[in-house]
Amino acid sequence: MAGSTPASSSSEVVELVGSSTETTKPAFISPRQEAWRRFRKHRMAVVSLCILSVIIFMVLFGPWIWRVPINEIDFSARLAKPSLAHPFGTDDLGQDLLARMLYGGRISLAVGLAAMSVAMFFGVIIGAVAGMSRGWVGGALMWMTDLFLSLPQLPLLLMIIYLFRDKLKAVFGLEAGIFIMVVVVIGGLRWMPVARLVRAQFLSLREKEFVEAARALGASRRRQVLRHILPNALGPVIVAATIDVAAAIIAESTLSFLGLGFPPDIPTWGRLLFDAKEYLDFAPHYALFPGAAIFLTVLSINFIGDGLRDALDPRRVQ
Amino acid sequence: MGQYLLRRLLIAIPSLLGISVVLFCVLAMAPGDPFEELATNPNVPPEVRLQLRAKFGLDDPIFLRYFRWLTAMMQGDWGFSFVSRVDVDKLILQRLPHTLFVVGTAQLLAILIALPVGTYAAMRPYSVFDQIANTFAFVGFSLPTFFTGLLLILLFSITLDWLPFVYRSDVAASGWRWWVENLRQAIMPITVLALAQAASMTRYVRSAVLDVIRLDYVTTARAKGLGQRAVMMKHVVRNALIPVVTLVALQMPAIFGGAIVTEQIFRIPGIGSLLITSILANDTPVVMSVTFVFACLVVFFNLIADLLYGWLDPRIKFQ
Repeated sequence: MAGSTPASSSSEVVELVGSSTETTKPAFISPRQEAWRRFRKHRMAVVSLCILSVIIFMVLFGPWIWRVPINEIDFSARLAKPSLAHPFGTDDLGQDLLARMLYGGRISLAVGLAAMSVAMFFGVIIGAVAGMSRGWVGGALMWMTDLFLSLPQLPLLLMIIYLFRDKLKAVFGLEAGIFIMVVVVIGGLRWMPVARLVRAQFLSLREKEFVEAARALGASRRRQVLRHILPNALGPVIVAATIDVAAAIIAESTLSFLGLGFPPDIPTWGRLLFDAKEYLDFAPHYALFPGAAIFLTVLSINFIGDGLRDALDPRRVQ
Repeated sequence: MGQYLLRRLLIAIPSLLGISVVLFCVLAMAPGDPFEELATNPNVPPEVRLQLRAKFGLDDPIFLRYFRWLTAMMQGDWGFSFVSRVDVDKLILQRLPHTLFVVGTAQLLAILIALPVGTYAAMRPYSVFDQIANTFAFVGFSLPTFFTGLLLILLFSITLDWLPFVYRSDVAASGWRWWVENLRQAIMPITVLALAQAASMTRYVRSAVLDVIRLDYVTTARAKGLGQRAVMMKHVVRNALIPVVTLVALQMPAIFGGAIVTEQIFRIPGIGSLLITSILANDTPVVMSVTFVFACLVVFFNLIADLLYGWLDPRIKFQ
């Protein structure tokens, strides 16, 4: 029982299906279709993909459908419970919570995606250079990666924001300045796991026969990396990127929750929670809706990452 | 063991130095000048300002300033808090025990949850128990600590009124009442941190045990007639813990990040809440020192992880 653990409960079924189609006709399944077929086997991942699509759709198009302005102050409806007029209730100034969450969600998701891109950019470059170099450069880069890994991220994040806040506000304006800073700082402190991952992939891939063949055919180093090694190393990187979006959303919400992220007129989900925590006893809905939004988004992204891990794992038997 | 410890200590020093370089660079790159006020004050002539700058070494090359800063830090001269009017090291020492108590207990609780659950789930992969544990783990690490904290306050303090939601360092009670009160107020922050930790740790334990349990020596141990308990404890779990220790050590920065949030929610007078209040009050020496203390704590716990390695895997010591 314990001695022969299958890689997955469904792997045998998959194998049977795969071989039967192969005998009837030569299968023309592109890697992408194959990955999608495997992804669909992960039930929670498919459900999560639907939920996340709904959230993204609402955040993108919601403000056109739900046309209540986000900053309409109405003191007669302070901290109102959810009702028809305000489906998610109102906040301490009587502003509509649904409208604010739809608007703030854009920022939260945009920060997550942008910070992930920053982390991927640095992580892939540093990991690739470290993985390809055979001299001291790789060792030095990995030492730097380990050093960054042992930095206390949240305190450092808070310190950088504290020190650079005013300067960036002056240069880029309030919203853009804070957005750029939050993205760069979160992304700049999250590239290390990606760099390690990419380096490990490169170290094993660069010794493989197909890379050697490319080298023998006279492919330049650049071509070896871009055409042969990088595409094959991409699977785990995509998984890491997905999960990084969730981590970046949590990081942004944490900053806003501590009162050091976005200002009050940009109601990101973390900022709403920061404002709501003072009214927890009269108006629990004020905290519950933004909190649930963060939780649902992060949970579905994590499940999608798990599904992608199953779908893109090259070691899985087809 | 002594030699192994010494070697590990020597490895920790460069990383501490590296961290201090990063911190100093951030500080040095930051805009703003301690003499900004003097520059705008018309009563201070420019040559006096220049003399002052020279006296405090602000115009020296950056590496000289770094060494001066480093020696001051090492001599315990951490500066003076602008706001509380006490030496920074005193302020931090006052608050550090609360942070260590909450983080340490939470970590222990997380291990006590994650080890049995992860091991049991790996012994029966894809069983109902495994799937439930897996779902809970996903929920656990998708719940941000600040939201779990608010949910617990809503449930246990506001709705049920069982636990206090403000942590107080001066509990007005004596004898065993004091212990009970302290425990009651520590339950929620510890639970919040422990749940977040236990969730990811359970997944690490499960996959590590799954990797070990199929190896040949485990089959051998079973074949020679050892009981399930002895096989699991002595052969499987001990070896599975080695990668788990690495992953937990890598999580250390995130654990202290969670501690900052929890301290802020429950108003625990630890160094995390000290960091936030000093940031809001523009108290630079405190911000700087607390960040450095957090870095030292991370390095220190990594050192402990290294020692655990040596105990779990005796081969490492002799390398």
